[in-house]
Amino acid sequence: MTDSAPAPLKKTPLHAAHVALGARMVPFGGWDMPVEYSGITAEHLAVRTAAGLFDVSHMGEVEIAGQGALEAVQHITSNDASKLQVGQIQYSALTTPDGTFVDDLLVYRFGPAHYLLVINAGNIDKDVAWITARAKEVVPDVAVVNASDRYGLIAIQGPRAQDILQTLTAVDLSAIKYYWFAHGEVAGVRATVSRTGYTGEDGFEVMVPSAMTVRVWEALLAAGRPLGLVPAGLGARDTLRLEASMRLYGNDMDETSTVLDADLGWIVGWKKPAFLGHDALHAQKAAGVTKKLVGFEMRDRAIARHGHAVFHDGSQVGVVTSGTQTPYLKKAIGMAYVPPGLAAPGTALDIDIRGRRARAVVVPMPFYKREKPA
Amino acid sequence: MSYPTDLKYTKEHEWIRLEGETGTVGITDFAQQQLGDVVYVELPEVGATLTAGQVFGTIESVKAVSELFAPVSGEVVEVNASLKDRPEDVNGKPHEAWMVKVKLSTPGEAGALMDAAAYEALLAK
Repeated sequence: MTDSAPAPLKKTPLHAAHVALGARMVPFGGWDMPVEYSGITAEHLAVRTAAGLFDVSHMGEVEIAGQGALEAVQHITSNDASKLQVGQIQYSALTTPDGTFVDDLLVYRFGPAHYLLVINAGNIDKDVAWITARAKEVVPDVAVVNASDRYGLIAIQGPRAQDILQTLTAVDLSAIKYYWFAHGEVAGVRATVSRTGYTGEDGFEVMVPSAMTVRVWEALLAAGRPLGLVPAGLGARDTLRLEASMRLYGNDMDETSTVLDADLGWIVGWKKPAFLGHDALHAQKAAGVTKKLVGFEMRDRAIARHGHAVFHDGSQVGVVTSGTQTPYLKKAIGMAYVPPGLAAPGTALDIDIRGRRARAVVVPMPFYKREKPA
Repeated sequence: MSYPTDLKYTKEHEWIRLEGETGTVGITDFAQQQLGDVVYVELPEVGATLTAGQVFGTIESVKAVSELFAPVSGEVVEVNASLKDRPEDVNGKPHEAWMVKVKLSTPGEAGALMDAAAYEALLAK
């Protein structure tokens, strides 16, 4: 027993709405969040076949603006932000000098010298301190603002997401390409609408002023219900992102794994002359990685989970980072770090599941890829 | 939800139907609600020995793994093999989707179990 009570959980602007919908609430990254409403399986399938509505207001937003904003963003992130046009978004990493992850993030270019970074909820305090200190290394007077409390963020995901959202906005959604955004109004509320998401499905994320989040959420639910939209919680968000092989910070990578370990070399701007982690990543690229994130599928009936040990020929060779039984593919799948020599699809692995070894095999990622509309 | 009165209950949210020296064991409606969608149930083999209050298996939902606790001591005489292919029955009909049948070695232990009214009172706390 300790005397210090844990810090109270933070609540998004939609907290009361979740409780009213009958959501089961759980602590996540310091926030009291809905893990499921109707059930993870039903919500997961709704996103794959119709649409799901997610509260992702717990995510953090950091704005970097002013003269030298690009230089600052280029210094702290791995990807090449100079390629971004105004209105475009990039997946990137906030890297340590060792090339490991402080966080993974989305970089929005709002204006010629104005960027918005969307960061993980559990990392907001750490990231803001890191970004503030590191950005000033290259641009002493750059403005770094933690805008996390100013925004509510709602994700609408699934094949019917565009049809539903289009009923509430004059923004021509069909003109927004993948990883681009537009400003406009949604349900009469000033919003930034991006074609992004964390489910492997088509969809949008709608950023609105905090105080307006409930209004937009209620309007989307009402417009979407007749088309099969359901509210979806963090449980389905996790199974959906894993089927789509999207990494989860804290599970699949952290400050001990490099961008290359996580097999995300495509988010490194290799031609950038410098950035935090530049030298380490170039050296690792030349020398080769010592561990690599791979996808696996269980061969025995068992579900591997985060932290389970991975064996090959009787020796421990790695560890599971994420694992679940996926509702859509109906398989037990996961990701694990293994030596690069064991990363080829078809490689047999054994996973220790509470004292019992279960067989698994390395498979290509992503596990699930949606069919692009013709 | 009113809980079946022909079952006895544990504070770990298992139920047991006692018929002579045999007990049929499952988990309660409350337990399945807490777990969410069940995807896997790992059970002991026929012939295994259970000890009251000790773990005898695991149940996994999409999100979590939980342990199953034996309501009574005894020998496993039958295992519900249908849960292998239809684990979701635990969610759909929790008080019918049994897991194991046990031949009680210490029938007196059953006296410590709760009846439906006591279990409902526990849940209401």
